Amino acid sequence: MSFLTVFAIVLAIGLAAFVIGRQRAVAQDDGTVKPHSRPHYHGWWAFLTGVVPAVIFLASWGVGANAYLNSFVHSALPADVADGTVAHEDLAAGLVKSLASGLNRLDDKERVALPQTFAELQPMLSANGVALAPDTQDYMIPIAVETNRTADRLNLISAIVSIGVALIGSVYGLSRISPRTRARNNVEQIMLGGLVGASTIAIVTTIGIVLSMLFQTIAFFEKVSPMSFFFGTVWDPRFAAAGSGGAEGQFGLIPLLAGTLYIAFVALLVAVPIGLMSAVYMSEYAAPKVRALVKPALELLAGIPTIVYGIFALVALGPFLRDISAALAGGTPFIQAQSILTAGLVMGVMLIPVVSSLSDDIITAVPRALRDGSLGLGATRSETIKRVVLPAALPGIVGAILLTASRAIGETMIVVLAAGVAANLTLNPFEAMTTITVKIVNQLTGDLEFNTPQTLVAFALGITLFALTLVMNIVALYIVRKYREQYE
Amino acid sequence: MTDISLDTLTSSTAPARRDIGLRKRYAAERRFRLYGVLAIAVGLAFLAIMLGSIVTKGYTAFWQTTVTLPISFDEKIIDPDNKRATDPDVLITANYPKLAENALIEKLGIDPKDRATVRKLKGFLSEGSRVQLRAIVAADPSVIGTTRNVDILAAANMDSAYKGQIDLSVPESRRKVSDQQVEWMNKLEAEGAMSEHFNTGLFSFGASSRPESSGLGVAIIGSFFMMGIVLLLALPIGVAASIYLEEFAKKNRFTDLIEVNINNLAAVPSIVFGLLGLAVFINFLGLPRSASFVGGLVLTLMTLPTIIIATRAALAAVPPSIRSAALGLGASKMQMVFQHVLPLAAPGILTGTIIGLARALGETAPLLLIGMVAFVADYPKTPFDPATALPVQIYMWANEAERAFVERMSGAIIILLVFLMAMNIVAIVLRRRFERRW
Repeated sequence: MSFLTVFAIVLAIGLAAFVIGRQRAVAQDDGTVKPHSRPHYHGWWAFLTGVVPAVIFLASWGVGANAYLNSFVHSALPADVADGTVAHEDLAAGLVKSLASGLNRLDDKERVALPQTFAELQPMLSANGVALAPDTQDYMIPIAVETNRTADRLNLISAIVSIGVALIGSVYGLSRISPRTRARNNVEQIMLGGLVGASTIAIVTTIGIVLSMLFQTIAFFEKVSPMSFFFGTVWDPRFAAAGSGGAEGQFGLIPLLAGTLYIAFVALLVAVPIGLMSAVYMSEYAAPKVRALVKPALELLAGIPTIVYGIFALVALGPFLRDISAALAGGTPFIQAQSILTAGLVMGVMLIPVVSSLSDDIITAVPRALRDGSLGLGATRSETIKRVVLPAALPGIVGAILLTASRAIGETMIVVLAAGVAANLTLNPFEAMTTITVKIVNQLTGDLEFNTPQTLVAFALGITLFALTLVMNIVALYIVRKYREQYE
Repeated sequence: MTDISLDTLTSSTAPARRDIGLRKRYAAERRFRLYGVLAIAVGLAFLAIMLGSIVTKGYTAFWQTTVTLPISFDEKIIDPDNKRATDPDVLITANYPKLAENALIEKLGIDPKDRATVRKLKGFLSEGSRVQLRAIVAADPSVIGTTRNVDILAAANMDSAYKGQIDLSVPESRRKVSDQQVEWMNKLEAEGAMSEHFNTGLFSFGASSRPESSGLGVAIIGSFFMMGIVLLLALPIGVAASIYLEEFAKKNRFTDLIEVNINNLAAVPSIVFGLLGLAVFINFLGLPRSASFVGGLVLTLMTLPTIIIATRAALAAVPPSIRSAALGLGASKMQMVFQHVLPLAAPGILTGTIIGLARALGETAPLLLIGMVAFVADYPKTPFDPATALPVQIYMWANEAERAFVERMSGAIIILLVFLMAMNIVAIVLRRRFERRW
């Protein structure tokens, strides 16, 4: 029985309990005792006592069974594979697992008379629409069969137990129904538990992000020293195909970090003046009609997916800048099609609405009295803005710029398409440089083996990026919040 | 009061004004204003240039050139040994492009024995004719031996030439269509056999190495699955979390921790969520790579903070008097929230959710990491089958060299932007329609 059918059965039991419970509560109300809860709360209580424990059991059993099957496959592998490199063992285990799931697609008759060699098995499988890697070995077939058998047994146990739990729970819930039972409070207690659970998902996600990256990063630092990662100036990870065994490479963070910061800097050079000036104009000068028209248009700029910006840089702006520079220099272009300038410019435009909407909020939060005082003393509007409003809003604006910078550092698609993949260390904005995010994508796309430094380095890069943006965000949020309190 | 006429007042000459540099200051004022207008103009101009460049590059992708040919389903070519009754593979592996080629030869009136001329036909019709004709035969084997008119896709280069995108003044050796092919093209066009149709294939085909037979079918289904998963998971979880934080949570360390976490997650780079998905969902939980289910989970985690922030704002906007009234009439706190506050906050929640969904629909980076950059030709049947997503398909086409792919890519961007625009407009309309000022 599949997970979904068991789940459906459990739900059906719960619904039956709901209907019976409701009717029971109605039947018990003979008018002599004032019932504590409305009948449907009794029904829900019976539903919850049945479904909640069963679903919790089902979910935890599922995770546990998965882990057990994993270790089962690993322990069943022959000694020479298991003693080989970790990567090789994982590869073999992966093959066994895909073989096992392929065998499940065969019908019963074929499964009884299973051939012993993969050469005979493959046509049978491909007739059923299963394509398997050609390096599947003969010894894996019995393991896969055994894995399937264990999985079936585990599934059967989980199905029986969870349906049993659902039945017992519902019967218990139904047996508790009486006019004075505080069914509503019970139901609301569980609902509150659900609400708390939902809000902790944010914490769980953060912990998940940190832990998942931390483990892989530690595994990476076992192979490459942290010193050579954080202070290395050469990025040359070499290529590691599945099964080739890890080739040594150099993983220097410095060129990537430099590229990231350089491109973000160029982007901020574009975004901050333009975004800030448009926010000032919109909040201080623009007539309501203009504002009602232009603001949504700028928001439209914010709603365009970053891949569209990236494509624009790749197919339009990059070649355009290259051709212009070629015309200026008379032949050889001095701006490359993929360059810091292109990526920075496009990213800057993407960030304009971010800067302008953040600083718009902050400028409008500056109290009216400050402006009136300055205007009353005879300052022009621009003088008021430059000498009173902006200085008063400065901490908030700094916070907004920090938030924008963290967006710029974490931006991926624009730089993947427009910045290039060569890890240079250069100061020339017309050349290509690469960023942390580009390298994360590069190292993790394609069929790479998982346990090599070449893929693990992506997690080390990821945690660096996460730490970098985390610090900027926290500082920025702190500044913005402090600033808001100042004028409230 | 009595009126005093002006001329009865003693007139005095005003003292000479101090020069406070008014002219300069007003000039500065005008300049400052101009900077503001310029800044906005730059932003809008860029928006216009970007959209303009994409639309001009992409609108032609919605048309596709086809050649209408009387295809005779010749038994000698499809099934020369006449064993299709016993071996179904015959119909699958038959040389269908040959049928299309023969029909074209006949249509153009070329001598089939003139090998040199026949060879020039290569690259005129799409290799996709194999799939197209095979589908016809598979659907109805009785067509074998008959003749029927079929719209065969023109190859990508001929499609470009027909749309006038290939500069014919360039020497023949340096362009991708030969003079002979252009001549044939003109001949077919004059006969009305070659024409442009609305490109339904762009919406229905899966991945293909040939531009003319590749489309967004798989990507649209994948994106659709993912949006469904995000909606099913992120909306209830986000609303539940917001209700707890806004209505029930006491102000303490734990609540602060959750709030800091949510604000921070909203600003975490999206690619980090991709790393999380790869490490946790794929490597730890063993979910399949490239599946829209995993993509949906990753996008759910990414969208949650957006939805929570919007929902909390919507809940906070419901006036306390509603709450007091409900509580005063004897509702429990839970009843007050679910029966009174939540329905009133629903439009705001819906708007926030749609905006969150729109962001998720355009997101690419995390999907690259969980293996959605895949060559998927068949429609995914469940969210656990390999699929791609709209923006990922755009990214994959961006990496192709052929110009016909650039056209398709721009067309795909237009489709994506139309989807996003539609979602945003729905959000704005909802907000306008149901917005309540208390």
